[in-house]
Amino acid sequence: MAILEANNIKAGYGETEILHGVYIKVNKGEIVSIIGPNGAGKSTLIKTIFGILKPTKGKIILDDQDITGLNPDKIVREGMCYVPQTENVFPSLTVEENLEMGAFIRNDDYRGRIKEIYEIFPDLKQKRRQRVGKLSGGQSQMVAMGRALMLDPKVLLLDEPSASLAPNLVEMIFEKIVEINKSGVAILIVEQNARVALKLSDRGYILAMGRNRFEDTGEALLNNEEVGKLYLGG
Amino acid sequence: MEQLVESISKIPQLIVYGIISGSILTLGAVGLSLTYKILNFANFAHGDVMALGAFFALASLTFLRWLGVSATPFGSLSFGFPMIIAFIIAILLTAVTVIIIDRILYKKLRKTGRIILLVASVGVALSLRNIIQFIWGPDPQYYFKKIQIAKKILGIRIKPDEILIIGIAVLLVLLLHLFLQYTKMGKAMRATSDNMELARVTGIDTDKIIIWTWVIGSALAAVGGILVGIENKFITPELGWQLLLPIFAAVILGGIGNPYGAMAGAMIIGLSEEISTAFISTAYKPAVAFIILVIVLLFKPKGLFGGK
Repeated sequence: MAILEANNIKAGYGETEILHGVYIKVNKGEIVSIIGPNGAGKSTLIKTIFGILKPTKGKIILDDQDITGLNPDKIVREGMCYVPQTENVFPSLTVEENLEMGAFIRNDDYRGRIKEIYEIFPDLKQKRRQRVGKLSGGQSQMVAMGRALMLDPKVLLLDEPSASLAPNLVEMIFEKIVEINKSGVAILIVEQNARVALKLSDRGYILAMGRNRFEDTGEALLNNEEVGKLYLGG
Repeated sequence: MEQLVESISKIPQLIVYGIISGSILTLGAVGLSLTYKILNFANFAHGDVMALGAFFALASLTFLRWLGVSATPFGSLSFGFPMIIAFIIAILLTAVTVIIIDRILYKKLRKTGRIILLVASVGVALSLRNIIQFIWGPDPQYYFKKIQIAKKILGIRIKPDEILIIGIAVLLVLLLHLFLQYTKMGKAMRATSDNMELARVTGIDTDKIIIWTWVIGSALAAVGGILVGIENKFITPELGWQLLLPIFAAVILGGIGNPYGAMAGAMIIGLSEEISTAFISTAYKPAVAFIILVIVLLFKPKGLFGGK
């Protein structure tokens, strides 16, 4: 059953159309990856789904609700959160304050949720009073994900979670993504690191030039010769 | 040599004057710093907002006198109960005025870029100054005329009013610190000042944060303006213009957008302006702020406490 669906999306920046009618679907409990070469429109797609960019055409449905054209601050209330690729933390705030900001729209007691986030990311608990600007890249990425999880979203959007991370940390971050997914959050990832992402994804979409090129299970895409040659570097 | 010894002997007294003037500058500088970082532009009208606060207080004092409210001074201070009312009314009216200016002017220009906002704020500054001058005229307007006798503490002269000025500044700075560090809205304000785009996608209502920023900035500015009036006994429409340079110097000195840096910057500017008078003519006071500003920009362009 689909929890998130984007149909026939056309979007871009100003006059320049980047997406020429893209569709994707994320089912409950799935991890779905969007991969493709630079300039394929992956980041544009995720920004459009989250309402940062407005589609000129198409429909976005989150859990049976039409969210097309809504602003991000409304979309978080509908249960979808987003981790941008860069500048995804508040550097002068402490780890715990970053998590509190993730829960800004909650008026109830969210301390229990902070504890759960620390269970997923035990490293953060020791650093809770440190300013995020002073943390390493991996820890900072965990803060960014923790912040986005504070609202206990139905769907989590991750824009290149492994970008600018050292190779040994990439694996750790992806393990965390699987762990978060197992707790019941559907995840949509945009990723350059295509092989790693497809390995853990239930399904994947390959975009090129702003259009859908392939769609299959993660494993099938990894074993697809044409995909391998064109998009996974042989 | 003898002259140097005499100059140095004045320094303890001048340090006290510096702290008084630094306290007033702090209230202006903190507000300017907050709006600078969160609204992303240099607000040249901030000095005149301080003047506006001072004149709203004057209007309230005049009105209360007309109503016949007793102005018997508190203890050895120069003013009484009406001043408390004047503070409250001036803070409210200044904040409301600034929010109205934001809604009809800055809000519409926010997407166009910081230079256009800056130029617009110069226009606001000139308008405010001229409206004030139109209503009250260019001559000094007195809060009170009673001359206060300074007390001598350890050979240093200080008036009871001045002790109160320092006390009010310390109290407000402390309250602001508690607000920024420990309340949800204060934390969201710091988050927005770090990264407004991220604050928005996190679900923080950034428009509300902008209003809070104006309210806090203009309330502190109004109090600062009134304290100038209490220190000098009178105010003029030029008050804001005269404060603008030292306030900007303080903000840049402390690292733009860092309210704690702005407090330190304001103290440094206040102290150096006053201490300079032991060695050079008082007329050069504004130049001292300028020289410090230039030196800091040359050697530490991000300010003494700027750059994370």
